[in-house]
Order: sequence, then C-alpha cells, then structure tokens
Amino acid sequence: MKEILEGSHAVAEAVRLCRPQVVSAYPITPQTHIVEALASMVADCKLDAEYICVESEFSALSACIGASTAGSRTYSATTSQGLALMYEVCFNAAGMRLPIVMTIANRAMSAPLSIWNDQQDSISLRDSGWIQLYAEDNQEALDLHLLAYRVCEDHDILLPAFVCFDGFILSHTYEPVDMPTQEEVDAYLPAFNPYQRLDAKDPISFGMYATPDYYMEFRYENQRAMLRAKEAIVRYGTLFKEQFGRDYSGLIEGYELEDAEIALVAMGSICGTVKDAIDEMRKDGIKVGLLKIRCFRPFPDEEIAAALAHVKTVAILDKNVSLGSKGAVGLEIKDALYGSSIAVYDYILGLGGRDIRKKDIRAITKLAEQGSGDMFYGLREELL
Amino acid sequence: MVDKSIENFECGHRACGGCGAATAVRMILKGAGEDVIVVSPTGCLEVFTTPYPETAWKVPWIHSLFENAAAVASGIEASLKRQGRSEKVLVIGGDGATVDIGMLCLSGAFERNHDITYICYDNEAYMNTGIQRSGATPFDASTSTSPAGSCSMGNKHAKKDVPAILAAHGSPYVATASLSYPTDLMKKVETAVNTPGATYIQIHAPCCTGWGFEGDQTVAVGKLAIETGLWVNYEMVDGVLRKAKKVKRKPVEEYLSVQKRFRHLFKPKRNEEEIAKIQAIADANAAKFGIDI
Amino acid sequence: MPLNIGCTARPGRGRDNKTGSWRVFYPIFTEETCTGCEICVLLCPEGCIEKKGEKKYVPDLDYCKGCGLCAEECPGDAITMEKEEK
Repeated sequence: MKEILEGSHAVAEAVRLCRPQVVSAYPITPQTHIVEALASMVADCKLDAEYICVESEFSALSACIGASTAGSRTYSATTSQGLALMYEVCFNAAGMRLPIVMTIANRAMSAPLSIWNDQQDSISLRDSGWIQLYAEDNQEALDLHLLAYRVCEDHDILLPAFVCFDGFILSHTYEPVDMPTQEEVDAYLPAFNPYQRLDAKDPISFGMYATPDYYMEFRYENQRAMLRAKEAIVRYGTLFKEQFGRDYSGLIEGYELEDAEIALVAMGSICGTVKDAIDEMRKDGIKVGLLKIRCFRPFPDEEIAAALAHVKTVAILDKNVSLGSKGAVGLEIKDALYGSSIAVYDYILGLGGRDIRKKDIRAITKLAEQGSGDMFYGLREELL
Repeated sequence: MVDKSIENFECGHRACGGCGAATAVRMILKGAGEDVIVVSPTGCLEVFTTPYPETAWKVPWIHSLFENAAAVASGIEASLKRQGRSEKVLVIGGDGATVDIGMLCLSGAFERNHDITYICYDNEAYMNTGIQRSGATPFDASTSTSPAGSCSMGNKHAKKDVPAILAAHGSPYVATASLSYPTDLMKKVETAVNTPGATYIQIHAPCCTGWGFEGDQTVAVGKLAIETGLWVNYEMVDGVLRKAKKVKRKPVEEYLSVQKRFRHLFKPKRNEEEIAKIQAIADANAAKFGIDI
Repeated sequence: MPLNIGCTARPGRGRDNKTGSWRVFYPIFTEETCTGCEICVLLCPEGCIEKKGEKKYVPDLDYCKGCGLCAEECPGDAITMEKEEK
C-alpha cells in the first residue's frame, strides 16, 4: 500500500514488520523519530517487543548483544557520536556473530559538532565486521531492513548489519513508500531462529577469549562470512524482487552506465541528485553514468571492476574523509580498479550537511574530464 | 534452601592457588541455583575460566566487554521476559568492572530495575592487569598505580560506596558478604536472585597475589577484615539497613600487618599516624552499622 | 576440529587443563580427626575435593593446586600439607 511517510517513520514501520523482540536504543539527532515511533508502537501494543530505554548508546548495543544471545531478534538505531560510542561494542557483536540490525541515520562526526549529514560515522566502522547497506531513498531504506534481517540471520552468515540512510535528507523527508503487509513480510522473513543461545538446559559459554593459537582463525572465519554475505545479499535480494517487485539483487546498481565514458560513483541519497544531473548532461551529449554502491561492506570489488571496465574516467563522490589519506570509497575503488588504465578521481564533498546540487555534479564531471581530482570539492575559499 | 551440592564450576580453571574469586564464585553458584545465566565482564574471572575452547562454566555464561555486563544482562533479562523463560540473570564481575568502568551501565540497569542480580567480587584492585588501583581499593593500599613511596602512603582515596549508590537507585535488595562466611554469602545470593528487581551483592574476596599473603590465608584474611570492622557484612532491604554482622572488634593492624600491600605502614618503621587514619575508618564503619558487640 | 562460531564452547573441555602440575605441596586427609563438616569441600577454590564416604574426603590431585586453604581452615586439623616429591 502506498503511503506518504517521513523517512524515519517508514523505517520504524519496516522494523515493526520485521517483528523484533527486543528494541534497545538511545535518542540522538537525527535518529530520534525512528525510536520515538517504535516506542509509541510498543506503548500502543502495535509492536510486541521489549523496548529498553537505555542510558547510552554503549548500553543500547550491549543490551542487544545480551538479548540476541538469549535468543531474540534485536534492533537498535543510532548515528554519529552514538555510533562512535558503540565502537567497541560493534566489533564485539560482529566477533560474537550476532545478527543484530541497526539503522544509521548518517551524520557528521564532531568536532566541530554538526548534526547534519555526511557518512563519516558508519564509514569509520568499516573494519568492524558489520554489513553496511546504504539507501538512496526512503523506499530503499524501508526495504533494506527486511533484506538485512534475512541476510544476517542466515546461519551461513550470522553477522550484524547497518542499514544506513542519510540523516535529515532522508530521515526527515516525506516520500511516498510502498508499505508491505505483515503477511508479506512474514512470508519473506521467517521467525527468528537463533543459531545458538543462552539456555540453562544446554549451557554454552559465549564470548570466550582466544589465544594466539586460535584468534587468527576466528578473524578469518569472520572474513569468510563477510564474503559469503555478498552471495547471500544477491540471493535474498533476488527473493525480495520476486516477492515485492523491487530489485535489490545487486550489491551495486548502474544508471546510464552501459555506454558511459565517465562514471560517477556514489552511495546514499546523493544518488538521486546524481541521476537527475546525469539526465541533464546526457541531453548535452555527455556520456556520463552512475555506479551506485548499495553494499559497502562486504565491498563488491569484482562487481565494480566489471561494471566500470569500459569507462575512461571514474569520479567518486565521497561524503567522508579518511584524514591524512582520501575518501574511503575512493580508496576502495582505486584498489578495485588497480592495474586498469581508467583514470580515477576522488572528490570529498557534502561534509557536515553541505548541500550537493545538480550543478555540483556537473562541475565534478567536468573536473574529472579535465583530469583534476583527489580534492575537497565545494570549499568556501574565502574562509581558508 | 541453598543446595550446597550444586557444582557448576569446573576444575581445571587457571586461577591462582588459593584464589578468593574462585572460592567465592563456587559459593555464588550454589546460592544461585541451577536455573541461572551468568554474565561476566572482562577480568580475572573471565580470563581464568574461559580460554577457548576450555570453559569452567557448567551454566550458560556470556562475556562481552569490560564495562557492559550490566547492559548485557539487561538485554538478556528483556529477552527472557519476552520468551516467558524462567532463568535468573546473574552478573559476576570484579570491582574494576563494577565500581569504575562499568558504572554507567550498572546505574542504567538499576534505574530500570531489570530483574537481575549483580554480584561484585571485590578484590580491591585491577588484578587481571597486574594489581592497579580501582575505585574499590582501600585507603593507603599500595598497588602498582598507587605505590607507596618516599612521599606516598599508597592509595589516597577511600573505597567508593557502591552498595549505597545502588540502594539509592531504589534497589530492593543490596548486601555485602565475605567469602570467609560461606553460609551467609550463599544465603544472600539465594535471597538476591529470588528478589524481583535489580539486586546487588558486593563480596569481599581477598586476593593472595594482589594483596601479598600466602594462598592458604585467603579465608583468614577475609575474617580479619570483618573482625577489624574494615569490611562490614550487612543487608539493605528497600534501602533500609536491616542486618549487620556484629563483632568484637580487633585493632586494624591485625588485618593490615598480614598483607604486603600495607607493609609500608609498618616498615621501615611503624606509621602511627596512618594506622590511626585507617582505625578511624573502621571506627566510623562500626558507628554507622552498629557492629560493636 | 572446526572452530565454534562466535568463540563459544559447551562444558567438558575445561577439565583438559590439569592444574595439579602446579602443586608444590599436597594435602593429606586424616579420617580419625575429620569432623565431617565439609568446609574443605566448600572452600576449595578448585572444587576438587570429593566426599567418598563418612569422614572420607579425597582431593583430585589432577587439579589440586596445593594452595593449602583446606588444611588451614580445617577445624579438626585433619588435613596436613606435605611437600610434593617430584
């Protein structure tokens, strides 16, 4: 059924349909509308879950670890500073192989304090062992929660996932979304079936420590599970398409890419602006296309190399920066395309909520054509 | 009734000979009964019981991080509630994890009044990392980060009063215990796990390695702490002091002088002034809890 | 043996580690002076003292670390510590 919903409410509805049994979250802008909506659902008996009003994000995810290990489907949501406070819990949840799903309403990192959007927060957790999915619009944000639970809870995977959508730009924007019914979601997402759980009848010790004789193999197993997740995302994305008609079978997506000479690479809501800019540039005869990355972890390097094999120039739009190096997506793309003759340029842009307009996309395309890149784009020179 | 035959702690663990924590945990598990899930923060107990794949725990057990045991327990409790399951949730953690780094999660769990029992085995320093000072280290104790020296008498601060802090959260049952009084300890654990809501027990657990005495003296040292009034066994029900163990008090030096961590109070020469300060702590305890016979 | 996912284990392997090798002194239990109070069983940090009969308590020397706590606390002085012959 089509509804016009704020992004946060669309996500909250999606989460409700996934039937989490324990929700544990701490409020932080711009994530608040999600958890407020979920708290209301619990208060109105529309969501049959325990909602734990924790005292910090650190505890929010820690409680999810406890609840997940005890055998419940769990959910949390956060952003920015909250995610940073969860840093060690994130690594822990992934290492313990717990299929927790958490929404990230992407926001910039302090200092300076900024409540506005970029993707520095989730990108900074790229090594933590969480699957990272990025939504372009609210429909995709909604749908990716279903996909994330389906993938994470597969006993061949058993990993946690971030579903990332841009703070304010999506979280606070009303868009029409197609809301599936509970029956449809139940048909797609089976009831939670824990791989193993805390149970007095079958005592298991969780979270043991590993000596150097074992540690590396545990990390290798995490890596293998992450790589298997690529295939699982494709499989369950295909299943999603068959059931709901919307196609998430790819870790990446192309737009006007087949015959493009210049490829723009981006993640999240900026892809919408890029597509509009491409439509305009195409009219002007510029052979430009978009490669949208939906799944940043596991990173679809081979898929990207294949999709970009025919282009001459690649321009990456990075809403983050690995200070002292480059944008994180740029680094990954350069690695994926290593050895090719494709010119690859990275552009750091849109940090802390700086608006990206169609004309900016056009300007970046031009810079890439001219061979100018690996830069911050859109700086106010008068301030420097 | 406590079933003393319960044995859910396996031989083969790697605690020091004479370990107070290991002794206390065996008693805790007897008091807690069979239908229990244990959460342990990082620390000695976690490390000496669970090098993969050799676990000493015959009850379900989980370790996540150093500072989040109370939050993990909150999540477990919520999950069990949702599933309609009967297991009791029990945290067993050291003093560093409890009174210092885990204080935020602990406060949150008690404010929310989850149906959990949090037990701190208090050996009064960070033993797992090499005897560094914690907020539970007593006044004047020499540790590796509060060493006694030519211009230091060791730890400068008094123990943080976490039982009082948790009682102030509205906890229905807060108690202290000592491994040297096993029957009392086990009974308190039984009471705590069977009291609905977030309950707390702080157990004095002498550490032969960290405090500097022979492993066969663990119980004796624990008794001296009680007998000098430097540790008081009491219960608080709904924030009200109900019962404190009465003693015919001995001078504090009888407790201090048998531990290397207080050696600087006696050598090279006896430091009357510092010993008097510690005696004053015991006197204040006695007055506060009314323990003098 | 493949790894257990998430670094977990069921009970059993804990006994693989025979801590008896740490021992310098070992306890000798005397039935004559034993009061049967079982404080040794309760206080043993290893939990390795087993009741085998009336006033007959036996330490599992595979695990006994020889700390001497049982001997120290025995009210009947029924336990003595002897130097291990190695």
